[in-house]
Amino acid sequence: MDTLVIHVLNSLFYASILFLIASGLTLVYGVMRIVNMAHGNLYAVGAYVAAWIVGLAAGSFPPAALFLLLLLGAGAAALAGAILEPTMLRPLYRRPEEYQLLVTFGLLLILEDLLRLVWGPYPLTASAVSDTLGSITILGATYPGYNIFVILIGAGAAAALWAFVYKTRFGVMLRATSQDMRMAAALGVNVKRVYVQAFTIGCFMAGLGGAVVMPISGAVLGMGVEALILAFVVVVIGGLGSLEGALVGAVIVGAVRTVGITYFAEVELALLYLIAAVVLFLRPAGLFGRA
Amino acid sequence: MSAPGSVAAATQALLTPGRLAAVALSLLVLGVLPLILPPFDTLQVSYGLILGIAALGFNLLLGYTGLLSFGHSAFFGTGAYAAAFLVKYWGVRSMEAFIVAGVLASLLVAALIGAVCVRYTRIFFGILALALSQVLWSLALKLFWVTGGTDGLRVPTPTLLGGAFTQAFGVQTDKTAFLAYRYYYYVLAVFVLATTVMWVIVHSPFGKALQAIRDNEVRAEFVGVQVRRYRYVAFLVSGAFTGLAGVLWVPLNGLTTPEVLYWPFSGRIVFMAVLGGFRTFWGPIVGAFVYNYLEVWAVSATVYWQLVLGVILVALVLTMPTGLVGTAGQLLAWLRRSRRA
Repeated sequence: MDTLVIHVLNSLFYASILFLIASGLTLVYGVMRIVNMAHGNLYAVGAYVAAWIVGLAAGSFPPAALFLLLLLGAGAAALAGAILEPTMLRPLYRRPEEYQLLVTFGLLLILEDLLRLVWGPYPLTASAVSDTLGSITILGATYPGYNIFVILIGAGAAAALWAFVYKTRFGVMLRATSQDMRMAAALGVNVKRVYVQAFTIGCFMAGLGGAVVMPISGAVLGMGVEALILAFVVVVIGGLGSLEGALVGAVIVGAVRTVGITYFAEVELALLYLIAAVVLFLRPAGLFGRA
Repeated sequence: MSAPGSVAAATQALLTPGRLAAVALSLLVLGVLPLILPPFDTLQVSYGLILGIAALGFNLLLGYTGLLSFGHSAFFGTGAYAAAFLVKYWGVRSMEAFIVAGVLASLLVAALIGAVCVRYTRIFFGILALALSQVLWSLALKLFWVTGGTDGLRVPTPTLLGGAFTQAFGVQTDKTAFLAYRYYYYVLAVFVLATTVMWVIVHSPFGKALQAIRDNEVRAEFVGVQVRRYRYVAFLVSGAFTGLAGVLWVPLNGLTTPEVLYWPFSGRIVFMAVLGGFRTFWGPIVGAFVYNYLEVWAVSATVYWQLVLGVILVALVLTMPTGLVGTAGQLLAWLRRSRRA
């Protein structure tokens, strides 16, 4: 019973992080039809900035304020997105999509080394945040309180994103642009602005994922490249461009990872890709994909 | 007019004296290089030739079929590991055995990955190839009792052509001398053969059908091209070429690690093709040479070599989308026009 509860909670914890990363990736693809290969690095930016700021502030700030500082990590990633879209991606919308993929691959290389340049080759950690919550007993199982906090953040982010996309005026413009960019532009939607906003939100989600995972796993080089592949598996299973798909995909991948790491660590990654391949074989556009 | 006759005529039209002279001159230069260059630079030329084969194979998909694969590390790594396994588990030292095993193994991997991937095009194809190639990477990393894990597997100097060279020129035990002379010429011979085969493929009716698919899939289907089957065959050929490059690479490097299976390595192959220009036949080869030198230079100059390469890639895509060969071609055409005017 204890192990089961812990496995379920661990699955949800992984799923939260994966959803934060994958939802940004899928949002950007859904609106702009661009697969951002540097997306994982924006997740890493979130982690590094959060680790750096929390590291500076620990001791002089009350522990509760440190949680708010994590948001600055997400903000930094969003800022990077707001700068990158108009400068790097906008000139390429009229070109074949290979070029867009290539430019984001170039950005991946650049961001990877910029992180090393600014914060050095060693991992950054700031466990002061996760320590403040101690551990909680749920159904007889002892579980770190911070992990519960991350699960709540993931659930909250999913709800907020859903409300944002489906219940606000901006969401309507976003979906209109996603369905037919030309028609939306003809009806008076400022497509350029929608693009930059969608990209910024996508990066914010990635940065938030990095910021909340940082107190547990630290900020390390290569975390972005690794996260990107897992996010790809999530969106391939769920359907590229679908937020519901990202959520379901994240839960599936989270569960498989949890079980895999415990019982068959050697083939855990291979199994994930195999599941993705099977899903694609049965449903070519993923579980919730449109085309 | 029969089909083979028209192909022969078309081939003759392509083999202009100017082009043949350029190829002959390049071959001459490549042939005398080891006699002029210090061994270190000869090795770099070898790396360039090998990566050229990989990029050439990759470009059959990107340049000729219109499919951008971010998973070619799978084939390169399969070739490399196939050779390493032969050494480790069967004690085989023959280079020809490495090549046969490596090409067959990468064909098998391409057959499996391709069966899923060619159902898709565009971005889906790319990320699917990427994700599936990472299955091999994770296996190479995790099954360390078989693959050596992150330490990888060592591959000693192989025997070439059943030791015919050694018997003809006397035994040379020095590894650098072996790699910089005999192995260099071996690689050069395989490179010339592979390039010729690829040239014939892309100028054959099959190659033309691939280009038709690239330019307009629906029309190609209407004309009677079996699009998915052609894509699948192109995928197999592409994988086999990149696998061959992996086999040739491993004795030169002396070691294979999971890094050649990791997807950023696929990114390097993509980089080479784009750098040289993927719309031309020779572009990826030029790109492979230039990229190899660029990387050697950047790695020796700074620890932030990825940053340097990333900036170059972004600048290239934004300002020079046709690559080095494409841009050179445009410059030549412009010069000719301005001279005439």
